[in-house]
Amino acid sequence: MMGNLAEKLTVEPRTERKSIHPRIDNAVLKAEEVVIRYSGEAAVKGVSLEIPEHRITAIIGPSGCGKSTFLRALNRMNEFIEGVTMEGRILYRGVDLYERGVDPVEVRRRIGMVFQKPNPFPKSIFENVVWGPGIHGTKKSERADLAERSLRQAGLWDEVKDRLDQSGLSLSGGQQQRLCIARALAMEPEILLMDEPCSALDPVSTGRIEDLLLELKERYSIIIVTHNMQQAARVSDLTAFFDSGHLVEYGETDQVFTRPRESRTEDYVTGRFG
Amino acid sequence: MSDLPVLGISPQLAARRRKDSMFRALCLAATLSGVALLAILLFSMMRSGVEFLSWDFLANFPSRFPEKAGIKSALAGTAWMMGLTALVAVPVGVAAAIYLEEYATKGRISRLIEVNIANLAGVPSIVYRLLGLAIFVRWMGLQRSVMAGSLTMSLLILPMIIIASREAIRAVPISLRTAAYAVGATRWQTVRFHVLPSALPGVLTGVILALSRAIGETAPLIMIGALTYVAFLPEGPMDEFTVLPIQIFNWASRPQADFHALAASGIIVLLAVLLVFNGTAAWIRHRFGGRNQ
Repeated sequence: MMGNLAEKLTVEPRTERKSIHPRIDNAVLKAEEVVIRYSGEAAVKGVSLEIPEHRITAIIGPSGCGKSTFLRALNRMNEFIEGVTMEGRILYRGVDLYERGVDPVEVRRRIGMVFQKPNPFPKSIFENVVWGPGIHGTKKSERADLAERSLRQAGLWDEVKDRLDQSGLSLSGGQQQRLCIARALAMEPEILLMDEPCSALDPVSTGRIEDLLLELKERYSIIIVTHNMQQAARVSDLTAFFDSGHLVEYGETDQVFTRPRESRTEDYVTGRFG
Repeated sequence: MSDLPVLGISPQLAARRRKDSMFRALCLAATLSGVALLAILLFSMMRSGVEFLSWDFLANFPSRFPEKAGIKSALAGTAWMMGLTALVAVPVGVAAAIYLEEYATKGRISRLIEVNIANLAGVPSIVYRLLGLAIFVRWMGLQRSVMAGSLTMSLLILPMIIIASREAIRAVPISLRTAAYAVGATRWQTVRFHVLPSALPGVLTGVILALSRAIGETAPLIMIGALTYVAFLPEGPMDEFTVLPIQIFNWASRPQADFHALAASGIIVLLAVLLVFNGTAAWIRHRFGGRNQ
């Protein structure tokens, strides 16, 4: 159903691709003509875009538009899904992440990820935060500081400081998601990818995480995939609108939501479909 | 249609009903016959076996005199063999399961391996005994040792361990793996610190059930030459040995009634050991099951 509708509504091939891109001077990530296929079927069909440093970039679009697939390509997480192939380049500070000799483990250390459903390890809160740095060689003596710093950044410290040895699974959903954010931050990444991080949370927890994102962008470049357009409008600086595997429009969030250039974008942000 | 009685039972329907209740009775009889047979077996074992069941029975070596005969060497042999079998089959089986689930790309070759492992699990144990005789006893020159028996037994239960472990590993949520990968863990680190601990209860259950199958197997060992009269305890993996089912088989095939009673006692001990194994498996499942979501 959705697919058919989307087919019908898709605007004719855009000849002037350039016009949909905002001006970005300090790109930290740059996708070039990225095509991603699941067992041959393209889910992302030639997306090029640049992600600026220290801003929040939102990727919005209807289900199945390829936004999550694209996000996972940014730190090579698609490699764990059978049958996924990719063409094009993704440059991180000029280095192609998919080049020979680039270690995916190193990629994921610098480009962290938070998932749709909170997925803490079935270990203590403390272990959840420091396990990642631990396997990368952070000394035992530094771990307590690191845990506190990361949990503070994730706005969770005051709630858990007296029970760091309890299981991460004993926390509420919203707390678990902030724990996952703390776990990602403990790696001291440069970029944080968030795949619908609030979709499993109640409005209060969602609000807390959104506030957190606004604080975190001082230090990190954040890319957030979201179904929730209000959320994109509230937190992001830039918004990219995906549809049927194409990047339809990309620009300052204000502009995308109030003066969209493409009729397709307008239909979506005003709730006419999707 | 309209001239049929609305809610009455037509002759046709009555016949269908009769068939239905007949089938039900048949199935019930089939179920009960299984339970009844087991009950009769247990009862008759208990009745004839309880006579010789005593501490001495466990602590004595086999003997020509029924009243002095015991199963010490068979118990020790079984313990030795289970230990060595576990030592060989568990690491190999679990490692194979990890490879197939976490590393192997799903393609034609991995499907071929899968199908073959499933087939191996169904190979009759007598085939394994020929294999064990040819490879371990003759070719590797292990003779009639505990080692040869254990290796043969490992072959027998390896497919079961692989299949059970794979299922346990597959049941670990993907989100746990992605969480580990996302903080830059390698596959090995992900498996070692997250997947295996979560899969452990399932793996252990599979291992115990496989071992409890091995404990009762006689066929693979007879030809390898586990002895039937052993008046010493194996002191190393290269010693000769006997195991419970072979000792039982030996007693049962003697003409004297007293030895038949001894066989019954042996069966009781074997069943008790099995019960402990299965009970442990059930306990592990109950204790750790469903802890990770």
